[in-house]
Amino acid sequence: MADTDRKVVLRTEGLTKHYGGVRALEDADFELCEGEHVAIVGDNGAGKSTFVRQITGVEKPTAGRILFEGEEMHFQSPVDAREVGIEAVFQNLALADDLDVPSNIFLGREEVYFNLGPFSFLNERKMFQRSREALEKTGVKIPNLHNTIANMSGGQRQCVAISRAASFASKLILMDEPTAALGVQETTQVENIIRGLKRRGIPLILVSHNLRQVFNLVDKIWVFRRGRIAGMLEAGKTDGNEVVSLITGVKTGVHENASYI
Amino acid sequence: MANQAEAVSTAAESEQVKRPRSHELNALVGLVGIAIIFELLGWWLQGQSFLFNTQRLGIMILQVSVIGIIAIGVTQVIITGGIDLSSGSVVGATAMIAMSFAQVSTYPRAVYPELTDLPLIVPVLIGLGCGLIAGLVNGLLIAYTKIPPFIATLGMMVTARGIAKWYTRGQPISFPTDGFAAIGQGMTPVIIFLLIALIFHVALKYTVYGKHTYAIGSNEQAARMSGINVERHLVLVYAIAGMLAALAGIVVAARGLTAQAGMGTMYELHAIAMAVIGGVSLTGGRGSIVGTLIGAVIFGVITSGFTFLRLSAYYQEMIMGAIIVTAVVADVYRQRMRPSSR
Repeated sequence: MADTDRKVVLRTEGLTKHYGGVRALEDADFELCEGEHVAIVGDNGAGKSTFVRQITGVEKPTAGRILFEGEEMHFQSPVDAREVGIEAVFQNLALADDLDVPSNIFLGREEVYFNLGPFSFLNERKMFQRSREALEKTGVKIPNLHNTIANMSGGQRQCVAISRAASFASKLILMDEPTAALGVQETTQVENIIRGLKRRGIPLILVSHNLRQVFNLVDKIWVFRRGRIAGMLEAGKTDGNEVVSLITGVKTGVHENASYI
Repeated sequence: MANQAEAVSTAAESEQVKRPRSHELNALVGLVGIAIIFELLGWWLQGQSFLFNTQRLGIMILQVSVIGIIAIGVTQVIITGGIDLSSGSVVGATAMIAMSFAQVSTYPRAVYPELTDLPLIVPVLIGLGCGLIAGLVNGLLIAYTKIPPFIATLGMMVTARGIAKWYTRGQPISFPTDGFAAIGQGMTPVIIFLLIALIFHVALKYTVYGKHTYAIGSNEQAARMSGINVERHLVLVYAIAGMLAALAGIVVAARGLTAQAGMGTMYELHAIAMAVIGGVSLTGGRGSIVGTLIGAVIFGVITSGFTFLRLSAYYQEMIMGAIIVTAVVADVYRQRMRPSSR
């Protein structure tokens, strides 16, 4: 491979997750290098989200190893994953609707004047300032940061969630279907943010159903099928047909209008 | 279309904050409206002013202070998306228990004849301790067994009332020391209420505690994913609510110079009503101490207004019920008006 000289950020070896008798993920060997953007594609139930849940500490794998920057990780919770610099953007459970933008960006890691446990006084000014910087850095325009998330559009919410991930993680960001619920314009906005992350050299794992988006954004495509990694393709050296045939397990004869395209 | 949207949002920005009308403001408008109605009815039916009577206003604020203290705790519980039905019974139980440690030695039939004339701090700490235990039990049940707050606190409501009755086999406890009695005399309950309100206003608005309380009520899963220890925080919130109910129990016992097992009956519902009238959303995530203060005053105005107009207490309860439902309907309506729901 061309990237052998680049540092590996994340590697999984034989990563396996069973839910009772259901083998959701089986023996996944995955690799992500510095500054690389990769996509994970696959049919429903292929194990994409299960894979993401193991990497982000939401669930504990049944077997296998997760190596982050060369060290083996045993995440007990998403907080552990976040502490080493892995941030995730999930489709639904990202933001507190009734709080404003800075409160959401700093949720769970608030800036305080001095530590008095739960009764520490918040440094709102600093959080506001740093939120604005974070949003500027990711290229997000939100008119009024004091507005609550509930009063924002789906695209603005997703942008806040991504900026939140990007403002803390400089090591790895995972996005599980970040544009699935968004309109065309909002999707473009999110894609531009992802391109900005690429320029900043922040590695990204993108789970997406949208192959056009995948081809536009990433370097490599990992295809999952029935809980296993079916293969890895370099975006520049493959086409939709090849990816779809890996997704479906059918080598040839995929119609142009297949739902994946 | 994009440009249009952008133009609109920049306009909003230049106008600084363009938010929907706050719940507190709505409640305040309601308060002014209700006060004006009573003022007009006062001149019409009684030939005198309702509002411009310092004695009446003093009594009114005193009446809402005890339940107001409970409402401060209940507000925080409701903001997390929960409910506390046990506070009225906790008032009864703590009134009994605290009073039993506050009796004078000159009274021959004290509950604990060897433990009389104790310094003020003893009954107060014991009372608060009882509330703390009740709150901790509520919080631990809700956070760790995941039973609905409604059920957990309903259990505590029945249990605490049982404890209040069992404690002296239904006998009232009287004759407190002067020090203990002083907690309930004059405007002391009002001062305690306002002090508690100020403390928790600051805690909810300016501290990590407050931020996490709103976050949990707003989206518990997001709060958990953000690294907030949701379970520990819920236990803390219910413990605080329990202690505030206990404080109300101490005040109400001191004020009446006697403690009875039935004290505080219905207080939990009145406290919830104050919070809801003040704009605290029963779905969690929204509300404030300022709102609850306004809600408490609305509650007081209605209660003393009906007394002032010499209208039957039955009407009072009917109208109060209608106002509570109106407040909840208004909240549901506001929520539907949001650009999108989760």
